[in-house]
Amino acid sequence: MKVLLNGEFIQLPEEIVSVSDLLKHYEIHDKVVVVEVNGEILISENHQSTRLSDKDRIEIVHFVGGG
Amino acid sequence: MLKIGPLSFNSRLLLGTGKYPSYEIQKKAVEVSEAEILTFAVRRMNIFEPSQPNFLEQLDTSKYTLLPNTAGAKTAAEAVRIAKLAKASGLCDMIKVEVIGCDKTLLPDPIETLKATEELVKEGFIVLPYTSDDVVLARKLQEAGCHAVMPGASPIGSGQGIINPVNLSFIIEQAVVPVIVDAGVGSPADAALAMELGADGVLLNTAVSAAKDPVKMAKAMSLAIEAGRLGYEAGRIEKKRYATASSPKEGMSIG
Repeated sequence: MKVLLNGEFIQLPEEIVSVSDLLKHYEIHDKVVVVEVNGEILISENHQSTRLSDKDRIEIVHFVGGG
Repeated sequence: MLKIGPLSFNSRLLLGTGKYPSYEIQKKAVEVSEAEILTFAVRRMNIFEPSQPNFLEQLDTSKYTLLPNTAGAKTAAEAVRIAKLAKASGLCDMIKVEVIGCDKTLLPDPIETLKATEELVKEGFIVLPYTSDDVVLARKLQEAGCHAVMPGASPIGSGQGIINPVNLSFIIEQAVVPVIVDAGVGSPADAALAMELGADGVLLNTAVSAAKDPVKMAKAMSLAIEAGRLGYEAGRIEKKRYATASSPKEGMSIG
């Protein structure tokens, strides 16, 4: 499927079904990240159960230094 | 004790985590500052380079309270979204509302700041809005249920110190929640003055992170804030136009 991931159109491999799969694919599943799919913000407990679809808009954010 | 909503802190210094020369220096600066609240920003992750270092990963998050900000937001709706993203991490319930209304001065948009505060209070956040030094706005933010007001001393990162101590003292006098002076602090003297005016805390970043020696400056700020607070509690003397002798006038052996 093709998704809009952090502002870029990305063709995802077929084995990626859930948000958890996506985080593992990018090797960021151990990091503190927050995922938003089509405007809906997910808590980490819902990463496994949230399935991705073609044309999803996905945002992955994290904490950076700031004042 | 600094009390913000249900939380209590020994330190009255809130430290930003941006723009340090290195993570090693930052770690030491955070340690010596004795700050218990650290601010962060929320940004898109560069997922294509996940190995990039991140300060939060090097931090024992059980020892600190995280205060994410909504920096980057220009509207209340954007600020609310960033706050919700931050909370979904499961690491924090506090949010620094920062809605910038002017790119050059980085001064906050008062109307959007108030709207975001109202919304986030309803959503159950512990809300600390960064605001201009306007007493009326500070009161409205309090009425909206914010848990602290954070008036700027001067523009963010400017290091100009407290450019309007009168306005700041007006805010402090009418406050029913903690007043944390946020932004513009340049030197330990500025931080001490904020505390002497009766502020409950100081939030600063650039003054430490961009100092020649950030670790030493972190210590200096910590001491200045403590000294300023003690001075405030002790109660300073009135200013007089003329001198008053400290030594007794009686019993002089001259004349």
